Amino acid sequence: MTVPNITRMHETNMTSTRRFSLHTFLLVALFGLSGVAAAQDPIKIAFIDPLSGSFASIGNSGLKQVQFAAEYFYNSKGGVLGGRKLEIVPLDNKQSPTDTQIQFRRAVSEDIRIIFQGNSSAVANTLNATISRHNRRNPGQEVLQINYSAVDPILTEEECSFWHFRFDAHAIMKLNTLTDYIAMNPDIKKVYVIGQDYSFGHVVADNSVRLLKEKRPDIEIVGTEFHPIGQVKDFTPYVTKIVSSGADAVITGNYGADMVSLAKSIIDSGLNVPIYTFYAVYDGITATLGEGGKDRIFLVHNETSNPIPTEERKQFLRAFKAENPNFDVTQPRIINALQMVVAAIEKTKSTDPYDIALALEDMRFTNLSGEEMWMRGTDHQIFQSLHISMHTDEGIEFDADNSGYGLRTIFNVPAEETVVPTSCKMDRPRR
Amino acid sequence: MLDVLIFATLNGLVTGLLLFMLASGLTLIFSMMGVLNFAHASFYMLGAYFAYSLSLYFGFWTGLIFAPLIVGVLGALVERYGLRRVHQAGHVAELVFTFGLAFLIEEAVQFFWGRDTKSYQSPDVLNFALFTLFGQEFSAYRGFMIAISVGIFIGLYYVLTRSRVGIIIQAAITHPNTVANLGHNVPLIFMGVFGVGTALAGVAGVIAGPVLTTFPGMATVLGSIVFVIVVIGGLGSLAGAFIASLLIGLLQSFAIASDVGMEDLLDLFGISFPYDHALADLWGLTLPQVAPILPFLLLVLVLIFRPTGLMGKREE
Repeated sequence: MTVPNITRMHETNMTSTRRFSLHTFLLVALFGLSGVAAAQDPIKIAFIDPLSGSFASIGNSGLKQVQFAAEYFYNSKGGVLGGRKLEIVPLDNKQSPTDTQIQFRRAVSEDIRIIFQGNSSAVANTLNATISRHNRRNPGQEVLQINYSAVDPILTEEECSFWHFRFDAHAIMKLNTLTDYIAMNPDIKKVYVIGQDYSFGHVVADNSVRLLKEKRPDIEIVGTEFHPIGQVKDFTPYVTKIVSSGADAVITGNYGADMVSLAKSIIDSGLNVPIYTFYAVYDGITATLGEGGKDRIFLVHNETSNPIPTEERKQFLRAFKAENPNFDVTQPRIINALQMVVAAIEKTKSTDPYDIALALEDMRFTNLSGEEMWMRGTDHQIFQSLHISMHTDEGIEFDADNSGYGLRTIFNVPAEETVVPTSCKMDRPRR
Repeated sequence: MLDVLIFATLNGLVTGLLLFMLASGLTLIFSMMGVLNFAHASFYMLGAYFAYSLSLYFGFWTGLIFAPLIVGVLGALVERYGLRRVHQAGHVAELVFTFGLAFLIEEAVQFFWGRDTKSYQSPDVLNFALFTLFGQEFSAYRGFMIAISVGIFIGLYYVLTRSRVGIIIQAAITHPNTVANLGHNVPLIFMGVFGVGTALAGVAGVIAGPVLTTFPGMATVLGSIVFVIVVIGGLGSLAGAFIASLLIGLLQSFAIASDVGMEDLLDLFGISFPYDHALADLWGLTLPQVAPILPFLLLVLVLIFRPTGLMGKREE
């Protein structure tokens, strides 16, 4: 199709010097070539999360899910924007803010403009600050932060950024649901809060105390404890304190090895109280807790695991399991995030982060579960229904860790009731 | 209060004895060969993983017996074909070798077993409460951990001080050339000690795996603390390692159990700070929060005031 153009160009330039016409010819040819190349170039998405170290299992299972979703929804069906493939580039940050900055530089140098990151709010906060600074200094080369799991509210409050989008309910939204559920149980009189000693752990503790005081003034908080993240060998000494405090419920935001060790110590100590958690499932946790955790470990999350509401999502889960028998779809929100980003790319016919960001604002998107999600424009926070589920082996169609155990949803909060006000005053870039 | 005291002591004892099983091997290896084995905690992790795999097919008890044997043989092979060759290049090379080995083992474990937490469970026979005190259960498995650790300590002590092998080992520590001149095969003794040392770490892994969870980060979590113990106890001193292990186990356990913080300390002096003070985080620090750092604080103090460690003999 470029051939006739070139001939015409050649004819019109007959009168000018031969050199000039050659230049034009080369220029046009080059442009033509680069245009063709761009259409075939993959759209690169960096996945910056821990792929080694203490929290490697979470990062790796997340990577598997986003890679599978990219293949399942897009690459196997001809790609995005008429033929461009999605390429997920894994970059290991060992869940350290320092390594995150190094990997961010690497992503930028490879001209990657979309970054998926989820584990640890400390990392997300660093990335948020780094990206804001980078985007301010490098107009035209902006980078987009797709946060699929870091739930420190500050990211959509004081530190909110035009370039950051969160696809998980933040800690206060989740705690609202969790404390609603706890408040319904009249047997609970004394609550113990234990968490990792960093921003997220403190947010969980402060807000659990605040919300429980509002909803059930008669509940006594018998202890708030913080321990260093990923450093505790044995949680038994902490559990000893919990037992002697007389607590009849425990709230924790722990994840990874910190979660499984804590729950195991509680079970081993014979303390038979419900444990309200954010992340006590998958990546070996469900299998390890097994029978001991039955009917007493509760989780607040979006996207139910059992029952699965739509056939569409069941098919996706089965396809994933067929390809990755030793993994589970632990974070459906990663898939939601990918689908919404791609929807924004298709809508604007652009891979420019600025265009994607504008399209994502106030986007309403129906996910695999058949639920309409809303990305609020003022603070870039997603809203969808939240659920409380229980660790059990009864009524489980889709189990975790191939253990027969899994999550069964027992309490639902519709999306509109999860909406919380925001203090975000966003600095919007001018273009 | 009494219940917290009793359980803090028991918890400290369990952790301390477990740490001792690791530290004893490490300190033996150090005193004989002068090598600080950075990969020691990795052998502990290997013990847990081997036992996990064996327990899937043959049950916990088979794992308890065979996993440490496998780890010990692996350790002996590492000494025979790795360390002994590197030894000629000097101590730094040995140090770097074990350092690299630690990474290699961690990656290998992730490669073969995956990165997720393994469901390695304690045997059903020991799944009952040994006793219940003040409404708290002390599981039989923890009692079993204490029994095994104490048994190993006594056995080790007996072998080292009463048996012929022990006498040769003790002699080889201080006078390797004389021992060789007397016709003993010193390299074989070294290999044996390295093998037994790593096997001890393996035992620790086997019995700790079900309680402290079996995951690829387990070596990292315990690795640094073991070195702290060996240094505090005095490099090369078995008794020192024993005391230091218990000391650190109890120190951490009591620090977590306590509920005091900077605020209480300042109150003693009648000082108070407003909550919006610039250093409020510092004044609000509690002892449980800093518990995991205390061993390192102790390490620094010991190095300043008694560089040889509590029971260390050498002064170089």
